[in-house]
Amino acid sequence: MKLKLLNDKVFKNILIITTSIVLLIGVAFFITLILESTSSISKFGFKFFTSTDWDPVFEKFGALPFIVGTLLTSFLSLLIAFPFTFAIMVVLGEYFTKGFISEVLRYLTELISSIPSVVIGLWGLFFLVPAVRFFQITFGLQPYGVGIFTASLLLAFMIIPYAASIAKDAMRLVPKDLKEAAYSLGATRWEVIKQVMIPYSRSGIVAGILLALGRALGETMTVTMVIGNSHFIPKNLFSPGNTIASVIANEFTEATGDLYLSSLIYLALVLFLITALINLLGKYILKKIQINH
Amino acid sequence: MKRMSKLNKIAILAVLSIGLFGMFLQSCQKGEKATTDKVTELLGGGATFPYVLYSKMFDVYHQKTGMKVNYQSIGSGGGIRQIKEKTVDFGASDAFLSDEQLKDFNAPILHIPMCLGAIAITYNLPDNPQLKMTPEIITDIYLGKIKKWNDPQIKALNPDVKFPNLAINVVHRSDGSGTTFGFVDYLCKVSDEWQTKIGRGTSVNWPLGLGGKGNEGVTGLVRQTPGGIGYVEVIYAKQNGLPVATIKNKSGNFVSPELSAITKAADTQIPTDTRVSITNTEASDGYPISSFTWLLVYQEQNYNNRSEERAQALVNLLWWMIHDGQQYASALNYAPLDPKVVKLAEDVIKSIQYNGKNILK
Amino acid sequence: MNKTSFRRIKNDTYKLGLILLTIISTVPFLLILFFVIKNGIAVINWEFLTSLPKPIGENGGGIINGLIGTGILIIIATIIAIPIGIITGVYLAEYPNNLLSNSVRIVSEIFQGVPSIVVGIIAYFWLVKPMGHFSALSGSFALALILLPMIIKSTEEMVKLVPADIKEASLSLGVPYYRSILKVIIPASLSGILTGALTGIARISGETAPLLFTAFGDSFFNINIFKPISSLPLLIFNYSISPYQAWWAKAWGISFLIVIFILILNILTRILYKKI
Repeated sequence: MKLKLLNDKVFKNILIITTSIVLLIGVAFFITLILESTSSISKFGFKFFTSTDWDPVFEKFGALPFIVGTLLTSFLSLLIAFPFTFAIMVVLGEYFTKGFISEVLRYLTELISSIPSVVIGLWGLFFLVPAVRFFQITFGLQPYGVGIFTASLLLAFMIIPYAASIAKDAMRLVPKDLKEAAYSLGATRWEVIKQVMIPYSRSGIVAGILLALGRALGETMTVTMVIGNSHFIPKNLFSPGNTIASVIANEFTEATGDLYLSSLIYLALVLFLITALINLLGKYILKKIQINH
Repeated sequence: MKRMSKLNKIAILAVLSIGLFGMFLQSCQKGEKATTDKVTELLGGGATFPYVLYSKMFDVYHQKTGMKVNYQSIGSGGGIRQIKEKTVDFGASDAFLSDEQLKDFNAPILHIPMCLGAIAITYNLPDNPQLKMTPEIITDIYLGKIKKWNDPQIKALNPDVKFPNLAINVVHRSDGSGTTFGFVDYLCKVSDEWQTKIGRGTSVNWPLGLGGKGNEGVTGLVRQTPGGIGYVEVIYAKQNGLPVATIKNKSGNFVSPELSAITKAADTQIPTDTRVSITNTEASDGYPISSFTWLLVYQEQNYNNRSEERAQALVNLLWWMIHDGQQYASALNYAPLDPKVVKLAEDVIKSIQYNGKNILK
Repeated sequence: MNKTSFRRIKNDTYKLGLILLTIISTVPFLLILFFVIKNGIAVINWEFLTSLPKPIGENGGGIINGLIGTGILIIIATIIAIPIGIITGVYLAEYPNNLLSNSVRIVSEIFQGVPSIVVGIIAYFWLVKPMGHFSALSGSFALALILLPMIIKSTEEMVKLVPADIKEASLSLGVPYYRSILKVIIPASLSGILTGALTGIARISGETAPLLFTAFGDSFFNINIFKPISSLPLLIFNYSISPYQAWWAKAWGISFLIVIFILILNILTRILYKKI
């Protein structure tokens, strides 16, 4: 009996210690980022975000072009993704909630989100880039092929299933009696969707969009492969650019100066904080929805 | 809930975890062994410029000696960074370290020249005509002053070529690169404006253009982009059927990046530590954008608990590369080292030490 | 009457339009699948699967280094992440509302959204720099950090799903707490946990960004986890941005292998999922 009691204690200790390790990793993760970026933070401070210099020769670093590139690609991809996300959400959340079509669609969207980003980048490089270039030549634009627009298209495609599956779950939570009340008033199905279901599941949709945004902000490989890696604020949507993630992927192993490296980690810290905030917000909204049901 | 029998599940989990744990243990043991046993692998990283030659050399070396040399072409900037961080046995760079950079290392670092290469100006135009270029035109293109292929300056120099009204798509490296260093080092020598505005380094603040990762990436972008222009190690252009421009050198001759022209460019006084820039050469038939490429190693090999065997293996490899390895260079469009330079390189390799004692006697 | 029929038409148009958009949104996916299969099958043969890469410009050669590398990276990552993940998940489910579990839950949620490239940086500073060289282990560690929150989450949810009476019944029979957890709770939620683990493994098998500066790559055969190692996604990246057609073909071949692997994991996951 005594032995068993001891085991219980040991067992609980194992639980606590392991869980604490996870917590420790999380805290240490954050601290490492801060420590390693200190020299850049103290040198550039907030000017880091407003300067467009990225000059390893004269050791002047400013992140504005990458921040603009990151925001442009992310929000453009959200914009492109939105109609499709909305469609999938309604189709799976209301029109086909069960049965063969729903299964097939659900399976397809699940598969899309599991295709590695480097494979999507590969396809982008050899199919989408020539296609965009053809379009640019036809319309007399600089035929880069690669650039903000191409990257956003690929990103949109990657975040659609993710955002849609979260939003769809929210739609399915709409209570039956609410819908039936609307039907009994003579509303068509579309009217029910538009006037009852969407307002009801609004916060779920917002959460889906937020979490998708978090994903688009941090996506690295696909973007690195098709964005053109150019250190300027993009002039238009077809210009080449760079995102925070792609600049880190390109330059981390080869940054020769300490300040250079530190500035890259400063970028990583910024990316970390933004995505963490967006994710927590998205998850918080989802949790609130769950509690309400 | 439909359930498998509990026993089944436990059995599956047990088998899985035992299997995985076993593999883990096994690989751990192997890891320990490797540090005490004979050294069978060396790790290097850096320049993409000589990667074609190195991958050939290391393949042959593996067949001859069984020694695996794992070389990753991450860019010269990467080569310098990683040898500084001591994560590799040798770094590779086409840019020699400046006096200031040498001071940043807390231990003496050696440059061992491996071969010579040329940086070619390659482009993508309809029918790929043979073009002539002057330093001024190249500088202006990379400063964004010449924007179209049918610019009068380019046309005047190449009267036989019919240029389309096509924008010039400037391509440069997105990563830290010795090819970039060689190229901008040349631009600095021929243009004061470049020298003051942009400067030289393995990465610079480009006024315009697309970035490609590695010589491979730049070649790929130029090949895929109509109107593209880029600077790459000459082999990358040749292997991909891209044209290369002939460039006007200091003596006023238009020279194409042929082996003989590269070798001639190196015909100058070379210091004993072999750190020398040979761009914009005085030689009348020399190609103006040529460069040595180096491997970087620490003079004192006993760091990070490295074994003496490992240091010995590294020295053997270096010795082989500057002697037997040289025969593979010309076939791949790199100029082999001149006997005079091989002699200098030998002296550098002989100065490598372990615990203060020379490894090669 | 007129208005009603207008509303009905509007209703039908919207339905049709939305279904159409949904179908369009799957087109890129089908295109990718088509490209991967068409270009991938063409290069897959025995030599491709079993030999090492050749120097640039020489024909033939394969990707066995990447195949072995990816296998090792995934196995080690799983070994690191699964026990920690399950134990933490159990703790979160059993003690849902104290300070520790609440903070760990936040950490785990943040980790789920951390860009994988940032995880790579951390692995570089924690393992690559102190060890003095790139290694498979550092790559696995980065992958494990990505896998961990997924396992924590699925464990927590699955354990919570186990009806409270089962545990109480077991406890009231005098079975000690730890045995109730190990022998009753975990087995009851095992297929759910495995589903989560498989989904996570599918995800890390294609991860590239965190390996760029940890696993690094190796053009030779290597099974030593303390040395740099190649991996399939890294090879795809390196090959696809190269200017060589032969390498592009290889990139497609590798993509084919990864996609097949992920499809198999997906099917397995679904089989397990149906069992819950």
